[in-house]
Amino acid sequence: MIDEELVQLLTPEGERVSHPDYQSTLGGDEIFGFFRDMAIVRRLCNESTSLQRQGQLALWAPVQGQEAAQIGAGRALAPMDFTFPSYREHGIAWCRGVPPEDMLRIFRAVSNGGWDPQKYRHSVPTVVLGNQALHAVGYAMGVQRDGAEEAVMTFFGDGASSQGDVLESFVWAASFNAPVVFFCQNNQWGISTPSSLQSKVPLFRRARGFGFPGVRVDGNDVLAVHEVTKRALENARLGGGPTLIEAYTYRMGAHTTSDDPTRYRIDAEVEVWKHRDPIERVKSLLVHEYGFKTKDFDEVGDEADVMALKLREDVLAMGRPDPITMFDDVYAAPHPLIDEGRREMIELGISGGSR
Amino acid sequence: MSEKIFPLPDVGEGLVEAEIVTWKVQVGDVVTLNQPLVDIETAKAVVELPSPFAGTVVTLHGNVGDVIEVDQPLITFEVGGDGAAPVAAVPIQEAPVGEGREAVLIGYGVANEEGVATRKNRRRHGAPSLAPAPVAAATVYASVAPRSTPPVRLYAKQHGIDLATLSGSGRDGLITRIDVERALPTSAGGPDRAGSPIAGPTGTSRFVGRDLESWATGPKEERIPVKGVLRSMSDAMVQSAFSAPHAAVWVRVDATKTVELLEGLRQHPNMAGLRLSPLTIVALAFCDAARHFPGINSSFDAATSEVVVRRSVNLGIAANTPRGLVVPNIKGADELDLVGMALALNTLVDKARSSTTTPEEMLGTTLTITNVGPFGVDAAVPILPPGTGAILAVGQLAKAPWVVDDAVVVRHVVEIAMSFDHRQVDGALASAVLSHVGRFLHDPATAMLAG
Repeated sequence: MIDEELVQLLTPEGERVSHPDYQSTLGGDEIFGFFRDMAIVRRLCNESTSLQRQGQLALWAPVQGQEAAQIGAGRALAPMDFTFPSYREHGIAWCRGVPPEDMLRIFRAVSNGGWDPQKYRHSVPTVVLGNQALHAVGYAMGVQRDGAEEAVMTFFGDGASSQGDVLESFVWAASFNAPVVFFCQNNQWGISTPSSLQSKVPLFRRARGFGFPGVRVDGNDVLAVHEVTKRALENARLGGGPTLIEAYTYRMGAHTTSDDPTRYRIDAEVEVWKHRDPIERVKSLLVHEYGFKTKDFDEVGDEADVMALKLREDVLAMGRPDPITMFDDVYAAPHPLIDEGRREMIELGISGGSR
Repeated sequence: MSEKIFPLPDVGEGLVEAEIVTWKVQVGDVVTLNQPLVDIETAKAVVELPSPFAGTVVTLHGNVGDVIEVDQPLITFEVGGDGAAPVAAVPIQEAPVGEGREAVLIGYGVANEEGVATRKNRRRHGAPSLAPAPVAAATVYASVAPRSTPPVRLYAKQHGIDLATLSGSGRDGLITRIDVERALPTSAGGPDRAGSPIAGPTGTSRFVGRDLESWATGPKEERIPVKGVLRSMSDAMVQSAFSAPHAAVWVRVDATKTVELLEGLRQHPNMAGLRLSPLTIVALAFCDAARHFPGINSSFDAATSEVVVRRSVNLGIAANTPRGLVVPNIKGADELDLVGMALALNTLVDKARSSTTTPEEMLGTTLTITNVGPFGVDAAVPILPPGTGAILAVGQLAKAPWVVDDAVVVRHVVEIAMSFDHRQVDGALASAVLSHVGRFLHDPATAMLAG
C-alpha cells in the first residue's frame, strides 16, 4: 500500500513511520486501550454473526477488518460531539458507550433503534443508504445556530458515497461551513461493486470539488486514524468547517449475513488484506515498543469472551415480539394504509409472535 | 440434562428452505458453543452454521442433499445442566430427556411416514441415526394460526380453503400444499395413487441437482424452482444459444494407440497414484490444436465489434455433480504436460464432486470439453458456454469394426464432435482443429513428442 497521499503512522508490520503533518503522542497504555477496544469489537462481531446463523438475529453487518478505522475515529471524539452512524458502526457505538446488547436489538428486529441517541450522543443505525449524512449536516447547522462548541461526525461507506444524499450533504456543509466531519470507510466493496468502479478519483479528492479539505488515511492504522480524526474534529469545533476523511480499509467479511462475498471477489484479494490486519499491527507495536506480553493480550481475550457470553444471554432474553407490532410505530397518528396492512396481515394469519 | 432442538434458521432475509451440503458433526459428537455444525446452501449462498449449544448431538434431522424448511428441526442436542450454554425460550424449547428419548423410539415409525412427506428429497433415510424428528418428541412451536407456509396460505386463500379446517400432514402438523389440494372440491391434486399397484418404478432419480421422486410415489405434477446450479445452467445456455450461431463438425477416430499408451503409462511406477483417462489425452490434444490454430481460442465481443483471440487456454470441463452441471476450468491448460494435465483434471473433478469449486474457477473459460462417453452415448452436439469459441464432445470409447489396409479389424473407436461459434469460426478452421485433435488421439505419442 505505497501511496504518498495516504497518512500512515504504523506499517502493516507494526513499525512506526513518520509523517510531516501528523504525529501520535499516545503512550503504551492508551495504545493498549485501542487494542482492547478493537479486540472486543471483533469478538462482539463474531458472536453476533454466530447468533445470526443460529436464528437469533435477522441480520448482521460484520465490521471485521474495519476495527482500526472505527476505534481510531471513535476515540478521537469528545463526549459532547454528536455522531450519526450507518448500520455497520459497531466500533463507534462501542466508543460512545452503547451497551453491546442494545446494538443488537435492531438486528433482532425487536426495536427500531436500540438506544437513546441523546444519552450516548450517538444516533441510531441508519439503514437508508447515506441518509445519515444529511441528518449530520442539519444537526451541525443547528450547533452553529446554538453557538455550541461541538463537532458532528457522520459515518458512511464507499458505496454510500455515490448516493445523492451524501453529495447533497457535502454541498450544504460547504455552503454553511458546518462543523461536521464526514468519515468515509472505503472498505473497497459496495456490496458487490468495487469502489474503484464507483469513483474514478480517490474518494477523498471529491471534497476539493465541493470546497473543503479531504484526507486519505490508512484505515487499518489506528494511530493514524486517531490523529487525522482528532485534527478534523478540532478544526470543526474552531469554526474551520467540514472535512472529508477517507479511511482506506477492507471489509474482511460479507456485506451482511445475507451476502456471499465469494461470488464476486477473489480469495487472493482477501489474502492480501489479511496481512494488513489492524489488530495484529498494533499488537506488534505493543510487544516490541512497550513490552506487552501474551498474558496481557490473553486477558483481553478472556474479557471479550465474558462480554460475548453476556451478549448471548441478553439477546436470547429479548424474546420475539408479535410481528403485528411492526405497524405500531410507523406513524405517530393512525393511518389508513397502515391499518389496512395490519388487517391484511391478521387475515393471513401472520401474528401471535411465535415465529 | 435435557434435549434441545436447533431448528433451521432463516440465514438470509426471507428464505424459506435450505439444502444440507455437509454435516460436520455426527450423532454422539460432543460439541462446543459456536462449533461449526453443518454447511447449508440457500438460494443465496452456502453458509456454515455454528452450534447454539454446548452438548451432545442426539439426532441429525436430515441427510446431505435434503432440503429442510426454515423453522423445522435440524439437530437435536442433549445438553447438561450447569455446563449448558444459555438457551432461547422461543422457538428452542426444552423437552425432558426421559420423555423425549422415549418418544423418539415410540414415535419413530410414525415420524418416518409423516415427517418425510414434507421433504423434497428422501435419500438414505433408512439410517436410524438420521431418522427424522418424531412429531411427538417435543412441542416445539406454539402458534395461534394454523401452521403453514406463506405460499400455501395464499394458495388456500385463492381456492377458498380455510386452513383452520385442515389437519396438516407435514412435520409438526404443518399444512402443506398437498393438504390444501386434497381439500379442493374438484380434487385438483389428482386421485390418491398411493396404493396403486401399476403406478410405475419406485426408485428415485437425479434431476437438476436433486433426487426426483419416483414415477410411482411422486406427485403427478411437480414444480421445481429454477435456482442455484440449475439457474446458472439455464441462464448460460439461453444466453449462448440465442446469441452465438452454433455449427458443428464431427469425426470418428481410431484411438487404439491412445488406449495402449494409457495402459502402458498406468503400469509405469512413476505414474502410480495418478488417475489417467482418455480425457487426459483429449485435453492435451485440444490444447495442442489451439496452439496450432489460435483462432479457435477466441470469443466474439459484439459490444465492441471485435473478435478476441487468446493465446492461453482456460480449459473448461463440464462436470456432472450432485448439484447438477458445473463447468470449472483449468487455467493455463496449454502449458501443462501429461502429468500436469492429469493432476489438474483430478483436482478439478474432485472439487466439483465435493461442491468446493469456487466461482473464480468457473470464470474465464476459453475452450470446453464435455465427456459424454461415460453415459454410454456415441456423440453430442453441445451448446457453447457463453463467450467461448468451441466446445468438444467426446463420446464413448469402444471396440468397433475398422478398416485397416482393406481389412476389417477390431479397433478402439471414439467419436468426437465440436460445436463452434460460427460468427468468427468458419467450417474450414473448425474442421482443421477437429482433424488435429483426431490425429493426436490416433497417435498421441508421436503428437506429443513431435509437436
